[in-house]
Amino acid sequence: MEKVTLRVFRGDKTGGEMVTYEVPKVPGMVVLDAIHQIQKEQDTTLACRWNCKAAKCGSCSAEIDGKPRLMCKTSVDEFNGQPITVGPMRAFPLLRDLVTDVSWNFKMAAKIPPLQVLPEMEGKPFVLQQVDVDRVQEYRKCIECFLCQDVCHVIREHNRKDAFFGPRQMVRIAGLEMHPADRINRREQLKAEAGVGMCNITKCCTEVCPEHIRITDNAIIPLKERVADDYYDPVAGLLRSIGVLPREKKAPFNSVPNEQTKIAAQGTGKKGG
Amino acid sequence: MESFETFEYDVLVIGSGGAGLRAVIAAREAGCTVGVVCKSLLGKAHTVMAEGGVAAALGNMTNPDGTKENDSWKVHFVDTMKGGAFLNNWRTVEIFTKEAPERVLELEQYGAVFDRTPEGLIAERPFGGHKYRRLNHVGDRTGLEIIRTLQDKAVGVGMTVHMETTCTRLLTENGRVTGAFGYYRDTGNYVVFKAKSVILATGGWGRMYKFTSNSWEGTGDGLMMAYEAGAELLDLEMIQFHPTGMIWPPGMRGILVTEGVRGEGGILRNSKGERFMFNPKYMPDLYKGQFAETEEEASRWLEDKQNNRRPPELLPRDVVARAIYREVQDGNGCEHGGVHLDVTHRGEAYIKRKLPSMYEQFHAMGGVDITKEPMEVYPTVHYTMGGLYVHPETCETSIPGLFAAGEVAAGLHGANRLGGNSLSDIIVFGKRAGEHAAAFAADHAFGAINDEQIAEEQDYLTEPLRASSGESPYVIHQELQETMQTNAMIAKTEQTLLTALTKIQELQQRAKNIKVAGDRYFNPGWHAARDVRFMLRTSEIIVRCALERQESRGAQWRLDYPNREDATWGKVNLIACKNGDEVKIVRRPLPEMPAELKALFEEGK
Repeated sequence: MEKVTLRVFRGDKTGGEMVTYEVPKVPGMVVLDAIHQIQKEQDTTLACRWNCKAAKCGSCSAEIDGKPRLMCKTSVDEFNGQPITVGPMRAFPLLRDLVTDVSWNFKMAAKIPPLQVLPEMEGKPFVLQQVDVDRVQEYRKCIECFLCQDVCHVIREHNRKDAFFGPRQMVRIAGLEMHPADRINRREQLKAEAGVGMCNITKCCTEVCPEHIRITDNAIIPLKERVADDYYDPVAGLLRSIGVLPREKKAPFNSVPNEQTKIAAQGTGKKGG
Repeated sequence: MESFETFEYDVLVIGSGGAGLRAVIAAREAGCTVGVVCKSLLGKAHTVMAEGGVAAALGNMTNPDGTKENDSWKVHFVDTMKGGAFLNNWRTVEIFTKEAPERVLELEQYGAVFDRTPEGLIAERPFGGHKYRRLNHVGDRTGLEIIRTLQDKAVGVGMTVHMETTCTRLLTENGRVTGAFGYYRDTGNYVVFKAKSVILATGGWGRMYKFTSNSWEGTGDGLMMAYEAGAELLDLEMIQFHPTGMIWPPGMRGILVTEGVRGEGGILRNSKGERFMFNPKYMPDLYKGQFAETEEEASRWLEDKQNNRRPPELLPRDVVARAIYREVQDGNGCEHGGVHLDVTHRGEAYIKRKLPSMYEQFHAMGGVDITKEPMEVYPTVHYTMGGLYVHPETCETSIPGLFAAGEVAAGLHGANRLGGNSLSDIIVFGKRAGEHAAAFAADHAFGAINDEQIAEEQDYLTEPLRASSGESPYVIHQELQETMQTNAMIAKTEQTLLTALTKIQELQQRAKNIKVAGDRYFNPGWHAARDVRFMLRTSEIIVRCALERQESRGAQWRLDYPNREDATWGKVNLIACKNGDEVKIVRRPLPEMPAELKALFEEGK
């Protein structure tokens, strides 16, 4: 029977090594199937995340031959019988084997207020043409696999998680900023804590997106342009000040009530009963 | 007893799919503090896999002559009761069909971006068992849109999220629920949640079958926690087989082909090339005259839905699943034991626009180009209609303070669920569960946490690590899947069910001696040891209920009792509950539908 050879990272934050496994190949096999085979037949302690095995949930993110990809969407046939290297995403703290701590992404997401509907659209069915929503729908295809966050230089190489929410959250904010019903000025947040200016447009995020969202071209660059228009264009600023250009109509960002959602950390509960 | 940490919330929600998150929003808006426990990461629940749409009678669609389709909650009510073979709770269905449109429009206010009609309204597509176009959708990723919308909204209203945490036991005091006990999946450390009320939104259970579209999470733990605490379970024999799961290539086995493919004109053919759904033997009396009788009419329907009847591929799921099973049994199966589902006649551009994620997924994962070749499909375990008995208005289970919503709860779908009704189920009853759990929390103080229950559970959990020898949970799981697949799948007899029961009992004995390697730190083998015991008990109850119900109705297909017995079995639900170590099953009469609702069935004729 034909075999697939995998070199899988085994270890935790104290260190680890690549371990070689061989699994029998079946037609239509993806890397996640091979990992499951190892888990079931060879080592039940191999840790990996997965849910849908249909490229819809974005749980089984990993680095396959060094490239951030979904294990469930990577066919073993692609590798022409060569050993396949599978490791965890490297931009996030390692928990064990292929599993990393991605809670930072959820903490940043909690800083972004959801849609705040314009008063004239509140409480009644929206009347919107398909062309009005096509653009927003592209952003909303995101499955939150965080592969774009993993590959982003700002996060991965420079570890500036303090200064940039990352491509995933840019896509989320773009979906709100360009939603025809949203009433909040999101550019204030983009410029400040979300750090849209940190992105230097290398487009690596777009390359790894399993949903083929054109993250840089369709989300980040338009957001950068909006921020630049608001804050850095002296002519537009002048024209606004003398009333030739309209002033910002959207409500200021800090007008949104900020209910604090917490991603609970272990050890923060009361001890005992 | 090992140490643990404790969190306190007015309302604890276990499960973070659509129902759980909608409950969070409702409980929070009622002023409660809310904690939510996710077995996976936030936003990764099975809700993401729902593709076709959310069923609600908005009546947005226009006929070719310019009139609106005459949809209403009444038609949706009739369709849902008929689809469920009248085993549904009529009041649950009434609430559901009346409230679904409002809940869908609310999603839009929360930020969901649905596909639009030419008039700019939410677009609705046809689906099996629904008389009118009623599935509000976003391409073929409606579930993703809904869970992300609810996730963002829930984050906005403020909650505390406990990710990758598994609850294994409900804590009770004098029959009332007072909290839940569990472990962190990464460290294996223990955690206790103390709550005034608890909502179970833990979804369904399909992992005891070999072919299933369920992920690893579908092990029935939410259901079994409630069972162990004494809750009543309803109609567990009713398990939905989605007619079109992929059967080839093996790497894709069980993965779902959305009903949307048939809604967009997908055709089922056997190995002889026959479009077998047109065979009159597959047409139930209840639906006679309502479906196209020629292939010509079926293809005209694609363009003109007003003057033509829909193709029989869009009969309810149980009907289509049985037809596929029959074709394969009769020797008309295709190369790998399934039948062909072909949508190539709609053309590449149309398919890519209407079914983009289907196209993408099959192309990348299985190397199958659905615009150029048919898929090979076979029924796969998909959804559990049965579950916890809940009150139709409040979603409270038979245990005070314990509420349930979504797939884990029962009553809405009867013997068979219509596609699209699960996405509206989670938003309608998620909201109700949240509101009523909040009301319960307002009326009650915290109950006491019983340390004995915690110590007992800890001991049970760590047994497989302490054991010096024993079996792998994966081996037991695999044998369970084999027996359920062979003996308790789509077609059953007393003999196959007894075979399954004997095997399950043998496995239950063997499961007392499980051994797993390693420690508690992110150890999938250790997690599997608890899961497999939940699955064994769940399987036992499924099989016992299927044995008890001596008729064929909806998803329950007994070859030895092929008829639907409306006068007897059509009037009872099966209730299962714990009686010591035994499972007690009783028949409970269905509530009588009031005359004004009965009259709706005459109007529709």
